Amino acid sequence: MLNQPDRTATQGLADEDRIPVSVTVNGEAYERSVSPRLLLSDFLRHELRLTGTHVGCEHGVCGCCTIRLNGETARSCLTLAVQVDGCEIHTVESLGSKSALGPVQQAFKECHGLQCGYCTPGFLMVVTDYLENNADPDLTDAGIRTALSGNLCRCTGYQNIVAAVRRAHKIMHAG
Amino acid sequence: MATRTFGEPVQRNIDDRLLTGQGHYIDDIDLPSVAHAAFLRSPFARAKITSIDVSAARAHPGVLGVFTCDNIGHIDQDLPLLIPHPCLVGPRTQRPLARGDVYYVGQTVAMVVAVDRYTAEDAVRLIEVDYDPLPVSVELEDAAADGANLVHEDVAGNVAAHFVQNSGDAAAAFARADHVTKITVRVERSTAAPMEGRAVCARWDRITEQLMVWDSTQAPISVRGGLASLFDIDEDRVRVVAPDVGGGFGQKVLFFYPEEVLVPMAAIQLDRPVKWIEDRTENFIGSTQERTQVHTIELAATKDGEVLGLRDFFLHDTGSFIPYGIAIAQVASTSIAGPYRIPNIEVEFKAIYTPTVPVTPYRGCGRPQACFAIERAMDKLAEELGLDRFEVRRRNFIAPDQFPWKREGLLFADGLAVCYDSGEYDTALSKAAEAIGLDRLDEMKADARARGKYLGLGLGFYVEGTGLGPYEGGHVRIHPITGKIYVNTGLSTQGQGHDTVFAQIAADQLGVDPSDVIVVEGDTGAFDWGVATFASRAAVVSGNAIHKAASKAREMVIEAAANMLEAAPGDIELAEGKARISGSDRAVTLAEVATATNPLRYAFNKAAQSATQFAPASKHDGPPLADGKAPGIEVTDYYSPPYSTWAYGCHAALVEVDPALCTVDIRQYVCVHDCGNMINPMIVEGQVIGGMAQGLGGALYEKVQYDQDGNPRNAGFMDFLMPYATEMPKVDIVHMETPSPLNPLGIKGVGEAGTIAVPATIISGIEDALKPLGAGHFHEAPVFPHMIFEKLGGADQAKAS
Repeated sequence: MLNQPDRTATQGLADEDRIPVSVTVNGEAYERSVSPRLLLSDFLRHELRLTGTHVGCEHGVCGCCTIRLNGETARSCLTLAVQVDGCEIHTVESLGSKSALGPVQQAFKECHGLQCGYCTPGFLMVVTDYLENNADPDLTDAGIRTALSGNLCRCTGYQNIVAAVRRAHKIMHAG
Repeated sequence: MATRTFGEPVQRNIDDRLLTGQGHYIDDIDLPSVAHAAFLRSPFARAKITSIDVSAARAHPGVLGVFTCDNIGHIDQDLPLLIPHPCLVGPRTQRPLARGDVYYVGQTVAMVVAVDRYTAEDAVRLIEVDYDPLPVSVELEDAAADGANLVHEDVAGNVAAHFVQNSGDAAAAFARADHVTKITVRVERSTAAPMEGRAVCARWDRITEQLMVWDSTQAPISVRGGLASLFDIDEDRVRVVAPDVGGGFGQKVLFFYPEEVLVPMAAIQLDRPVKWIEDRTENFIGSTQERTQVHTIELAATKDGEVLGLRDFFLHDTGSFIPYGIAIAQVASTSIAGPYRIPNIEVEFKAIYTPTVPVTPYRGCGRPQACFAIERAMDKLAEELGLDRFEVRRRNFIAPDQFPWKREGLLFADGLAVCYDSGEYDTALSKAAEAIGLDRLDEMKADARARGKYLGLGLGFYVEGTGLGPYEGGHVRIHPITGKIYVNTGLSTQGQGHDTVFAQIAADQLGVDPSDVIVVEGDTGAFDWGVATFASRAAVVSGNAIHKAASKAREMVIEAAANMLEAAPGDIELAEGKARISGSDRAVTLAEVATATNPLRYAFNKAAQSATQFAPASKHDGPPLADGKAPGIEVTDYYSPPYSTWAYGCHAALVEVDPALCTVDIRQYVCVHDCGNMINPMIVEGQVIGGMAQGLGGALYEKVQYDQDGNPRNAGFMDFLMPYATEMPKVDIVHMETPSPLNPLGIKGVGEAGTIAVPATIISGIEDALKPLGAGHFHEAPVFPHMIFEKLGGADQAKAS
C-alpha cells in the first residue's frame, strides 16, 4: 500500500474553526481566516491568487514552490498557512514585471535558463536568495550547482541555469 | 532586405510571462464554483474487486458526487486502442474506472467530486473496497516465461503483440560471416516526471451545449476528437485547450487517461466546472512510463569488422495495457541498426503484459534501448576482433553519398519506409574524438590512476527518425489594426519554445521582428486540424506548414503592396513591418496592406477609410472582392512529410570511476549532433542538453522499482532519483548542419536527440574505465554503484583488498 498524505481535517470548516492569519506578501498586508491544515502553497495560489508559486511534488523535494519567508527560502508546500501569521513573504511576483524584469529574471531570459517554466519560480527565488544573501557568492560551476541542488528541473539540464546565475550576478553588480 | 532570423539565437517570446509568474497552467485557471476531483486507486497489482461501498463518502459534507463504474453510464467502456496494428494479438485497454478487476497499483477505481480537493481526498478515504488479490509475475522475463501468472486471463503467455521484420537476408549473412558477436542487454523502466503533473479542468455550458476542456496534454486536437466521439456530440461543440504545459516528454500524449474522460463527464453530470490536478504520487502510479526492454542482439561480421547482418530479439514490457499499440517496440526495432549500413536485418519482438503502470512513449521512445543494444554490441565486436572502437564504427557507417539509405522491408512507427535522408556520420565521429581529446586519453587515464581512480572513454552514436506524419497545418494572418502576424497551428507546446521558432519562420517571410508574431497553439478554438506534439516532430511538421503558409502570405502582401504603390511586384521588399519599393522611401505598412485587402463598408478607424466603398482606391469594375479571392491577408497550408527525416549525433565522455566508493564522475561530456538546419541554435542546445539530463537519469539514476507483489517502491521524488544540477555534467556541444532534403526548411527534429545515446555513452565509459580491474561488461542500464561493486568482485574482493 502506498503512503498518502493524511489530511484528516476538512477544508470546508465552520467559521469558528478557522484561524486568523495576518501576513505580508510582496509588501502587501493580507488578513484571512483559514483552515488549520491549509498549505501555504494553496493559500498563496488559491486564496491570494498568486499563482506564480508552483507545486511540483507536495513533499518538499522539487523546490518548485520555493518562496522567501522572512528573507530565507522556504518550501511553501511543507508550510501551513497558519504558520506564517505575522511573517513577511516574497514570491516570484515580487521580482519584476513583464515590462521591467528583475536581474535574475533578465538573466534567465538571456541565457535560456527556462523551458516549460514550471520549476522556474522556485529557481528564481533560490538564485535571488543566493545572490542577495551572500556578499561574495561562489560563482564557480561547482559552487553554483551546489546552490541550485535543492531544485529539480526536468527540461533544461541545468547548464543554462548555471550560466544565468553568473549573468544575474553581473547584472546586479553592473553599477 | 529584412534581417533573416532563421539560424539566430532569438530570445523566447514566452519568457517574460513565465518569468514573472504570469503563466497559466491548468491549476492557475480561476473558474467560479469549480469543484475538485480526487481518485481512489487500486492498492493491488492484480485483484478481483468483490465489493465497493461509497455510502460514507457520498454522505460526507461537501461531496458533490461519487462515481464508480456503475454510475458513469456509457463511459464505462474500454478506452480506445489508439494505434491498432495487425501484430497485436491481445490488445487490451483500460476502462475509466475499474470494473471487477484491477490490473496495476494506481488504477482508478472511484472518483469523488467535492467542493475542494481537501474534502475530495477525505471522502476518497471513506470508500470501502474489498479486493481478492491474485498472484502476479512482475518482472518482464518472469511475465514472459511459461506458466507465468496472467495479467489478462484471456491473453495467453501475457503476449500483447508479436512482430518480426526483415530487411535483406539475415540468415545468409550469418552463414557467410567470419565472426558472430552476441550480447544481451537490459534497459530498466523510467518515467517522464514532468514538473507539472497531468491536469484536467472541464466546464459544460448547458445553454449552448458546449464542452470546454483545459487539458495538460500534448494532443489537444486528438483529445477533442475522442471526447466528441465518446460523448456523441459534434466536434465543434467541444473545445480543448492545452494552455501552458509544465513539461510532457511523451507522458502527456496519451489520450485517454481515465481522468481526461471522467472530469468532463462529471462537469456535464454535475452541471458545474470540475478540476483535477494530479499529485506527484499519482504521477508515479497513474501516468504512463517506459523503457524496460531486454534485447539479445547478434552481429555477423567479417574479420575486418564489416557487419553483414544483425539479428535482434527483444522483450518489451508494455505494462498492464497497450493503448499506444506497438509504437515503442516498433521504433526500437527499426532503429536497431543505428548509423551502420548493415544490409541484412532480422528483428523480432514480443510485447509482454506486466501488472504495472501502462507503458507509452517517454522521450526517446524505444530509441535509447535500440541505441544501447547496437552500441554495446559494436563495442563488443571491436573487442572480440581486436579493433579500435572508432575504427569498427567507421568501417560500417553509411557514407554521405549513400543517402537516401533505405532499409527495405522495415516500416517505421508512422507506417512508412525506414529511409535515412542525409548525414555525415564519419565527420561527426571525428569531431567527437577531437573534442573529447582522444589523443590525450592515455595521459588522462594515467592521471586518474595516480589519484586512485580509473578513467574510461564513453562512446555512443545514435540515429533518430524524427518529424513523423501524418501532417500538421499552419495558419497565418496579418492583423489589420496592429500589423502583427498571427500564427496558429494545431499541436501544442510543453516548453520547447515553439512560439519563438514558429515566429522566426513567419517573420522571415513577412519581414517583421519575431516578437511581432503571435503564435497560438494548443487551442482547438484557434486551429483544429492536426495531430499532436510527439516524436520530435513539431518544428519539422508544423514548422514547414507555417513556412509554406507564410510564403504564400508574403506573395499576397507583395501583390497587394505593388498595387497600392503602383510598382512592379519584383520591386517590392518586405522589412521592418512594411512593404516598400526597393531603394526608395515609398512604403505601406503590413497593417495598411491587411486593411486595404479587405473591402469595407464601415470606416472604423483612419486606415479603414481607404478600404471603404467610396474611397478612391476602391474603384474597380467587378465586385469588391474578386471571384476566388478572400478578404485580408490570411493563408492556411499544410505539410505532410513523405517519410521521417533522420537526425543523428555522436556522444563521447570521459568517465571516472572510484573503485572504493563505486561512484561515477563524468569528467567531460561532448555531444556532436546534427538536426539539419537549425532555426534557433539556443533552443536546439536547450533541447539537447535537457534531453541529456533525462538520458543521464537512464544511465545512472532512474529506475521505477516494483516489489514482487507489484507495489511501486519509489513512487516519489524522495526515492526516485533524478539528476539535480550537481549530478549533471557540463556538456560541450558541437553543432553540425546537414540539411534534410525532405522539407522546404531542411530541418530535422531535435526534441528527443539528447536523451538517446547517454546510457550507451556513460556505461561504455564505465566499462572502459574498469577494464584494468577485469570488471567485465556492463550491459544493463542504469548502472548503480552496487552493480559496479558486484562487478569488482563484491564483498569478497572488498574484504581481500
